[in-house]
Amino acid sequence: MSSSIHASGTEGAAAPPGADALPAEARARPGRWRSGLRLLRRQPTLLAGLVALLLIALSGLGADLWWTADPQALRPVARLRPPAAEQWFGTDQYGRDVYSRTLYGGRISLAVGAAVGVTSLCLGVAVGLVSGYYRRVDTLVMRVMDGLMAIPAILLALALMALMRASVRNVIIALVVPEIPRVVRLVRASVLSLREQTMVEGARAIGARTPRILLRYILPALVAPLIVQGTYICASAILFEAYLSFLGAGTPPIIPSWGNIMAEGRAYVQRAFWIILFPGAFLALTVLAVNLVGDGLRDLLKVR
Amino acid sequence: MLPLIARRILATIPVMGVVALTVFGLLHLTPGDPAVIIAGDYATTQDIERIRARLGLDRPLLAQAGLWLASVARGDLGVSIYSGLPVTRLIGQRVGPTAALTALAMLISVTLAVPLGVLAAWRQGSWLDRAIMIFSVSGFSMPVFWLGFLLVWVFAIQAGVLPVQGYQPLEAGPWQFLRHLVLPAVTLSLVYMALIARMTRASVLGVLREDYIRTAFAKGLAPRRVLLAHALKAASLPVVTIIGVGFALLIGGAVVTESVFAIPGLGRLTVDAIVRRDYPVVQGVVLVVSGVYVLLNLVIDVVYVVLDPRIRY
Repeated sequence: MSSSIHASGTEGAAAPPGADALPAEARARPGRWRSGLRLLRRQPTLLAGLVALLLIALSGLGADLWWTADPQALRPVARLRPPAAEQWFGTDQYGRDVYSRTLYGGRISLAVGAAVGVTSLCLGVAVGLVSGYYRRVDTLVMRVMDGLMAIPAILLALALMALMRASVRNVIIALVVPEIPRVVRLVRASVLSLREQTMVEGARAIGARTPRILLRYILPALVAPLIVQGTYICASAILFEAYLSFLGAGTPPIIPSWGNIMAEGRAYVQRAFWIILFPGAFLALTVLAVNLVGDGLRDLLKVR
Repeated sequence: MLPLIARRILATIPVMGVVALTVFGLLHLTPGDPAVIIAGDYATTQDIERIRARLGLDRPLLAQAGLWLASVARGDLGVSIYSGLPVTRLIGQRVGPTAALTALAMLISVTLAVPLGVLAAWRQGSWLDRAIMIFSVSGFSMPVFWLGFLLVWVFAIQAGVLPVQGYQPLEAGPWQFLRHLVLPAVTLSLVYMALIARMTRASVLGVLREDYIRTAFAKGLAPRRVLLAHALKAASLPVVTIIGVGFALLIGGAVVTESVFAIPGLGRLTVDAIVRRDYPVVQGVVLVVSGVYVLLNLVIDVVYVVLDPRIRY
């Protein structure tokens, strides 16, 4: 997608002179905090996403602090209680507190999202750099990537989960594999155009070896698009983790991830809708926040 | 034009070959002994041996790959471990509901999203544009099954106007068919709608900056005519591409939607097969769906060549 959601807002506004300063320049000037804040103010999308994400991260990471109960504690007397002062989000079929489970569940989602984002970037960069620079492996690697890309991501992840035991680590693996080809393609395309540039030719002329050229000349130019790509991968990984868990092929059911909570609640849609409502709202908000951060970063870093 | 199309069609053969090999490779590249995992936790050694023999895992890897490719080329996708039925027949039984669901979702999204995208581009920067784009990014972030349950709760449980779940084939009458399909299709279409609206807006915005659009305005054409006859026509090619690329999203969403609404389609078949570790079925569905995806994009590329004489490979 080359469109940008809020590009209209930033393009239209008359920018003061020098307002287009790159983040790097802004950081070099004194008072970097103030410049950073000013930069954020011009990126309402990024700001909104970051604030929402921060709140969600705080709610999950600091779950012990926010008046939660033990997310696994069974209270058969208090089965399927609707939301009230004692249990804000109600209770599930075993009397477990949905509020506590939702907050703790956020940890899994955020951890999986971050892990999948970072891992796919690292592997994709490694494969893409090599593939873009060495013609001999390129054809083979790209054919494999085409094949992987032709398989819809959820199906590929499901097929992988069918072959692995349910664990958080294996969910991360199953979600990384479908993302790798997208990163590889991005990296490879940039390498192909960058390697023809004079700076690379110059580096070669003064005797720089290939690994050095790849890491010192080509990789830095890729950082901005990769950060944006990584953010989007993170958003879709959070969503897909919930899909896998919901379909019974994700994190082990014992772990209160958002997908698992909702999978257990589906039998009670008619009687206890809150078991699905609240974790789902958190999930939707988290994915939205990460997507907004991605859109904001794309505008800020002027990717495409 | 014809050699171009022929070359494009030929180019899909290696892609499908790679897909087939990848699906095959998954079984072998994942850690652990696939026969042990498929047999499950309570399997005896004999069970494991039986599965190993049935999947041909006791043969050399290259021989397995060759056999798998040959049988796929013959249209033989193996036999289900759970039911003993041929995978092709199982898939044939389940294709109908999934096809109906995705087709209706596609219809809904395209008819709504393209006008929304054009409107957003036309009123760029206005509140309307922002509202449409906020809708788009939200749609993109919406968990499909959660949206499904929300709609079920509102329209089936609270209002009681639509069925909670289930599927009725077209033979049961168009009214029953649509009544059961409308909530799943709306659920599924949202993500796709978000994608298409976004793409349409970007693509129309790009075209609106062209000189000939200014000329069209300058010679006094009505804005509506410029927008629909000139801009949308030129902007439609990337939109058609994204409709093809987004099909993967649609299929992924269909798996989840079918689970929410208990629709007996390919998604349910896959999920059931995974729970039962019925790997031949999983392989078959993945292969067939990817094949449809590749073919759809092939058709779109061919249509492109016919529509736009500038395109050369």
